[in-house]
Parts: sequence; C-alpha cells; structure tokens
Amino acid sequence: MNRRLIEFGVVLFFASVPFWLGNLYYLHILITTGIFIIAAMSLNLLLGYTGQLSLGHVAFFGIGAYTSALISIGFDLELTDTYTFVFEPKPVWFSFLCGIAFAAICGWLIGKISFKVRGAYFVIVTISFAEVVRLVALNWIDLTEGPMALNNIPPFTLGIPGLWELTFFKKEPNYWLVLALCVVSFVIVRRLVQSRAGRAMIALRENESLATSVGVDVTKYLVLATVISAGMAGAAGGLYTHYIRIVDPDVFLFIYTVTMVIMVITGGKGTLLGPIVGGLIFGILPEALRGLAGPEVQWVIYGILMILVVYFLPGGIVPALSNWWRQREDNQSTSSPGDAAPGTAS
Amino acid sequence: MDQLLQHILNALILGGTYALLGIGLTLIFGIMRVVNFTHGELYTFGAYMMFMFVMPLQTNFFLALILAVVLGMALGAIIEVVLLKPLRGADIDTTMLIMIGAWIAMQNMEQFVWSGIAKSIDNPFPVEPLVIGAISVSWIRIFVFVVACALIVGTSALIRWTKLGKAMRATFQDTETAALMGIRINSVYIATFAIGSGLAAAAGALLGPIFVVYPTMGDLAALKSFAIVILGGLGSVGGAAIGGFILAMMEELGAGYISSGYRDAMGFLLIIVILLFRPTGLFAQKERIG
Repeated sequence: MNRRLIEFGVVLFFASVPFWLGNLYYLHILITTGIFIIAAMSLNLLLGYTGQLSLGHVAFFGIGAYTSALISIGFDLELTDTYTFVFEPKPVWFSFLCGIAFAAICGWLIGKISFKVRGAYFVIVTISFAEVVRLVALNWIDLTEGPMALNNIPPFTLGIPGLWELTFFKKEPNYWLVLALCVVSFVIVRRLVQSRAGRAMIALRENESLATSVGVDVTKYLVLATVISAGMAGAAGGLYTHYIRIVDPDVFLFIYTVTMVIMVITGGKGTLLGPIVGGLIFGILPEALRGLAGPEVQWVIYGILMILVVYFLPGGIVPALSNWWRQREDNQSTSSPGDAAPGTAS
Repeated sequence: MDQLLQHILNALILGGTYALLGIGLTLIFGIMRVVNFTHGELYTFGAYMMFMFVMPLQTNFFLALILAVVLGMALGAIIEVVLLKPLRGADIDTTMLIMIGAWIAMQNMEQFVWSGIAKSIDNPFPVEPLVIGAISVSWIRIFVFVVACALIVGTSALIRWTKLGKAMRATFQDTETAALMGIRINSVYIATFAIGSGLAAAAGALLGPIFVVYPTMGDLAALKSFAIVILGGLGSVGGAAIGGFILAMMEELGAGYISSGYRDAMGFLLIIVILLFRPTGLFAQKERIG
C-alpha cells in the first residue's frame, strides 16, 4: 500500500515537471532521456534478466523508427519495371504499432538465429545484425532515402476523428506521452520479471545447465525475452521518430547501443530501477558537462566512467544503494546480525 | 575475365592485412578468453603512428612502420597490465564491458588529439603501377602484401617453434596445468596481448598509406576481425589467416558484382550464414557453445 503510494507520487512528480520547469530546452532533454530510458529498460530485460549481452539493440530501435516513419508518410516500391507498389500514408498510432510489431518480429528472427551461440559469439552476432541493418538503411535509397534521411514525419495525434483532434507539435504533450510509455514499459517489465517466465529467465542467467536440467526451455524463454525487448525498443524508436520528425541511418550507430549499455550497467543491470537511474544520469550529464568539455572529452569520460563502474560497483548504483540502506536499517534495529547476503535486488 | 582477375588480385592484397587483424584477435581470444574490443583502436593507433612518423616527423617510411608496430605492442602490453590483470578470473561479460569502455575512451582520445579530419600518408614507392597484361597493381600494395605475408609466417613460426610459442599453446590448452608446469601465465598473457596488438597496429600502419587515416576507422576493422575469427574458428591461427582471405574475396567480389554499397555488409552476412549452418566455424578445433 505504502509502496503504491510512493510510486504514484513519483509518477505525479514527473508528470508535473512541465508546469514548473519553464524551459523548453530542458524539457526537450527530458523527452529524449525518457525515450532512451525506455530503450534501456528493454535492453535490461535481455542484459540484466537473461544475462545475454545484446550489442545490436539499437537495430530494434532503428527498425521501429524507420517502420513507423515509412508507414506514416507512405512509400512506393518498384517491384518490377511495370508494377509499383504504392503504400498510402496511414495514421500515426497505426504506424507506431506497426513499428513495434515489426521490431518484435525481427527480434524473434534474430533470437531464433543467434541463441544457437552464447557469450562472445552472441555479442558479435548481435553487432553484425545491427551493422547489416544500418547498411541496408544507408543503401536502400528507394525506400529509406539513405543518407538524405526521411523528412516531414508527422507527429503523434490524439483525438476522435471528425470531432476533436490534438496534434503533438508542442513539447508538453510529447513529454507526457513519453512519460506514459515509460510507465507502461516499467509495468510490463515488472510483471514479466515477477511472472513464471521471468523466474525462468533469471534461473537460466544464474545457471543455464541447471535451469535446463529442471526443465526450463532455454531457447523459448530467451526468444520470448528478445521479442518483448525488441518490441519495447521499437516503441522507443517510434516515439523518437515522431518527436524529432526526421530519421537517418545514423540512428543505427553503435554508439547508441553503447549509451544504452552504459545506462543499464551504471544504474544496475537486473534491477527494475537501474535503467531509470542510469538513464537519468546519462541523459542529463551530457548537458551538465557541455559547458566544461567538448563531446570527445565527454565520451572519454564516459568510457573511463564505465570502466570504473564495472571495477568498483559491478552491480551498479541501485543495488549498492539498496544494500547500503538495508545495512543502515540493520544497524538501527540491531536485531539480526549482518546476514545481508548480496542476493538479487528487486 | 580480366575484371575477375583484377578483383581476385585486390582481394589477395587486402586479405593479407585482414588476416593480420584476425590472427591478432584470435590469439588474444583463444589464449586469454578476452573479446578485445580495443583491437580496432590498436589498428587505428598503428595507422596514426605511421602518419605521425612519416608526415610531420619525416621519418623513413620503413623505420616508421617498425616503430608503429613496436609502439602498438607497447600499448597492448600497457592495456593488459592496467585493465586486464586486475580482472583475472572475472567472467567474460565483465571483461567485455571493460574493453568496450576502453575502446570508447581510446577512440575519442584519438578524435581529440588528431581531430576528425581524414589524413593521408605519403609513400616512397613509384606512382606508376605495375601492369601485367590487363591487370594493374600499385607498388605500395605489393609491398603491403609481402609484409603482411611475412608477418603471418613469422607469427606462425613464433607459435610453433619458440619457447614462448610453446608456452602460449600450453596455456591455450589448459591454463592451470600450464601454470603447474612452471609457465608464468601472466607473462604469457602480456606477450599474447602485445603480439595481438602489434599485429593490429601493423595492419593499420600498412593500410594507412593505401587508404586514409581517421579516428573511427577502427570500428569496421574490429567488426571485420570478429567476422574473421568466427569464420576461422576459435583460437585457430590458420583459420584466421584463411578467414581473412575469404572475407576479402567476398568483399571484393560482392562489391564488384553485386553492389559496392553493401561491401562492408558481406562480413556480417557471412557471420550470420555461418552461424546458421556451421556454428563452430570452418576450422574450429573446440566446441564453442558454453
């Protein structure tokens, strides 16, 4: 009960931000940060809960972005010399759902292929996949406009056809939309992780042979996690594309995957709050550092920070804080002597 | 026909440097179980050292090449001692994250020091290419091919016939038993990482004068090395050498006959296809799953 109240309060606090922030540029930063938090949450499902380091995650983000953009602005494809397939523009909410669905289908496909291997090989396969998708987006100019980018992507709209309609040109509605999807993603991940499927995923992260021997269908759960994760990343991509309203092959750059990984690792992989904490830090830090250092120096700092976090806080910030909190409470009550086993934080 | 011959010749020359990259990565991976994400940055480092010595410092071209390789080995040894030594026994994901952090830091340091503008390196070879019938090849490319082959043969000889090579092979087979037999594992690791890094730096220093040098050139090089290692099989030096040539052949023929835009996609498609049909790689000696 208490916990529910706190959660509600936090969401309410974030929902109230546009009323008192008073700076549209800061709001813009919060929107992009929120989009990246959704992507980081989706990566956390794979990296944190199933223990698979997917370094091609940005592919799903980009696929969601491109699919949603193309369906909302329409496209035509010359299939043969005489026949051209013309796709009429569709409403944004429909294209957004298509983006999620297509990213999830790609996730299923890649999961089926790449979970034949583990560890380092899995990492390399996922990177390869993202690079192939980037090169396709760059070279299939008839469809994607290549480096010229897709322009004039319509923003989100909300309303009843014919009666009342709100187009999301301004920052505030976009902010609330991103916030709402953050909450939805968070709830999906929490429900999943606390379900039977989630326990199976954690079991095979901890010990895959043991999980297999007690009857966990490893590939099934890994593919399931990838599908959901890819769909969420696709949703983040759709949000991005209809907010920024331009998309080019640079959305597939490896550096974005790295950003997501840093967010998850710093915040705490395998924790629900980790990606949010890490995402807020690394979403806002670049702006705080902007005056002090150029982008290269910033990235050098990120790289070093990542090394330091892995060395000194291997679990991330959230588990470290919750351990500290638990110990403090133990000391105050002085009842049970410190048996604070570093179990999986929730 | 002439066109095909020209493509095959180009592929052979490119394949030599790809093989160097692949061998360097597969050595480190096979012996130390570390996915070296800094591999591409050592390649870039080699190319920039070549640029530094040849262009502003006016050093002799061949001396610059040797210096670039030696400095690459030194940088590799430093990375090993500073970053990897404290992580002995850590799982592969942890070292992977550390290496990714190092990669980002190194790449942006290069960008900071040398800026993002691509740089070219002069070479002392005649500009007129060597023409045999309908095919032509520039002298610098012949030089690169010869040096790459010499380095491949040299590395294989080192692994097969020297005491260090024996220690490396023993560590590859069974680290603990090798340690019990009195092999200093730490030294083997440092040597392995230095040699692997030196090979990457050599590849960069050799390709730098042919193409141009820029800070993110290492990204594709690293990804291609991964492709070569997967192709050749884990820890297999011979496999990596052949894999390098196969990848170069696929890229050349793919660029020539399919589409030059998808040239760099060949390696990745190759990885995906190989994993579908033969997940152990073409020349693997050990099972890789697990």
